[in-house]
Amino acid sequence: MRPRHPLHPYWMLAPTLLVIGLFFLYPLCVAAKDSFYRWDLLTEPEYAGFENYTRLARSGELVGVVGRTVTFGLVVVGASTALGLALAILLNRRGRVYAFFRSAIFSAYVVSWVAVALLWMWILDADAGVVSRAFRAVGIPTMNWLGDPRSALYAIAFVTVWKITGYAMVVYLAGLQAIPPTLFEAAALDGAGPMRRFIHVTWPSLRPTTAFVASTGLIMSFQAFDVVRVMTQGGPVRSTTLFVYAIYEEIFVNLRVGRASALVMVFFVILILLTVLNLWAFRAGRRMKEAT
Amino acid sequence: MSDLSRTGPVGRSLRGAVLAIVALLWVGPYLWMTITSLRTLDEIVQAPAYPLPQNPSLDAYREVMTQVPVGRYLVNTLVMALSIATLQILLALPAGYALAKLRFRGRGTAFLLVLACLLIPPQVTFVPVFTMLGPVGLVNTMGALVVPFAVSAFGTFLVRQALLSVPDEIIEAARLDGASELRIVYGILAPLVRPTLAAMFLFSFVYHYSDYFWPLVMTTDDENRTLPLAIALLREQGTGVRWHIVMAGNVILSAPVLAVFAIAQRQIVRAVAQR
Repeated sequence: MRPRHPLHPYWMLAPTLLVIGLFFLYPLCVAAKDSFYRWDLLTEPEYAGFENYTRLARSGELVGVVGRTVTFGLVVVGASTALGLALAILLNRRGRVYAFFRSAIFSAYVVSWVAVALLWMWILDADAGVVSRAFRAVGIPTMNWLGDPRSALYAIAFVTVWKITGYAMVVYLAGLQAIPPTLFEAAALDGAGPMRRFIHVTWPSLRPTTAFVASTGLIMSFQAFDVVRVMTQGGPVRSTTLFVYAIYEEIFVNLRVGRASALVMVFFVILILLTVLNLWAFRAGRRMKEAT
Repeated sequence: MSDLSRTGPVGRSLRGAVLAIVALLWVGPYLWMTITSLRTLDEIVQAPAYPLPQNPSLDAYREVMTQVPVGRYLVNTLVMALSIATLQILLALPAGYALAKLRFRGRGTAFLLVLACLLIPPQVTFVPVFTMLGPVGLVNTMGALVVPFAVSAFGTFLVRQALLSVPDEIIEAARLDGASELRIVYGILAPLVRPTLAAMFLFSFVYHYSDYFWPLVMTTDDENRTLPLAIALLREQGTGVRWHIVMAGNVILSAPVLAVFAIAQRQIVRAVAQR
């Protein structure tokens, strides 16, 4: 449509573009610039060339952070996707009991990260936690889940899975309900049992949903911060220092804005790659929907 | 429906086992949180723990209230989350209208700019925004918590998509009636896309009510602290095992969100699952 006045569209967009410019695009440019400076927030910034990047790469800091974040992401995505699918299939039924259980699982996704992290800190507490006590009562050797560098990363991955599985389940439920029932009926008529119906009908129909759930989960786990800040503060021995926490630590603990900005830029590039993957999955899902 | 177990006893017992595990894993922790919050310090320290509190008491809640100005932080949190959700809708409507319905130079570019922001989460912008706001004295203000989120790129996108399906004739008729453009946007188009707006509002409110990251980074004193920050601090202040107090704080923190969830579950699920 033609605008009533040629300037109207610009006025309508002005507040949005102003906020976007000030708080999305400009900060990104500032981070890019700051990543080439040495700056401790107190004295004047000093030009440093690529020093921040080379230091990150050479000290092994970058490799360590990326490695931990990727491990964390893969564990979280693998477990939450598989669990989400299994729960969606088993709970995709009418009835109050099923509705209640679906809500219970999904509610974890809605409750704040702080509440979830504190709750699991208590449950996993090495001395008084209910898990350790139960293990001790039955005679299984227990460990300090959050305090041991061997298990801490997996403990926070477990808590993250607990929180976001409800999201995967809800997306899968929508995907399941979009599969035409005739497909199942045809398969059943051909004498396919539940396992074969899953392999030949459910799984192929849900492939785009899986791609979408997995790539969204990967983005979520790369952005994980609260769970680390509340439960482990990156420790023990940096075993849970994930990407965003490393950025936070550089600026607020070490007061190294340049180094933090360099990490931000690397993080941004990784996120773009993950989002491209995500969009591709989203598109594939659309195309599949249109085809059926 | 993918009926995996029209089958007999095997399917049924498998389902029963899954329900039991789900109950233990996803309902159990909430119960444990509530039970713990009703205990006294003695009972927390004592091992073995009784499954249920011997003398249920609200002492832990009283303790939270004296340690933390819960009322003020709750008001801060609600003001922040409601302002953000409201602003996002107020700004997304005219922007979505321009992008969906009006022809003008630069529309494609403007739309691309909005979409590009989907790639830039707060975890990328917090370092530069912090160094930007510091010198101008905006760190530690409600503005620093609200204004950076006044635009939701995804929300603007959703409103634009919803407005695309509104027929042009409605707008033309309103113009003929002499309605101003702002009146068309807020008075006529907004009610037509109400489900989208409701989903956006709920999602945004729940997200920002619970947000820990941004308030943590942007506030350093008590004045503008939000509830999630204060509850997380309960544990850091704690000397030794004071988990009943932390869990009482947790109940206070989660109750409002769980209440909103109970009331508007359908809309929230739709907002999340819609693709």
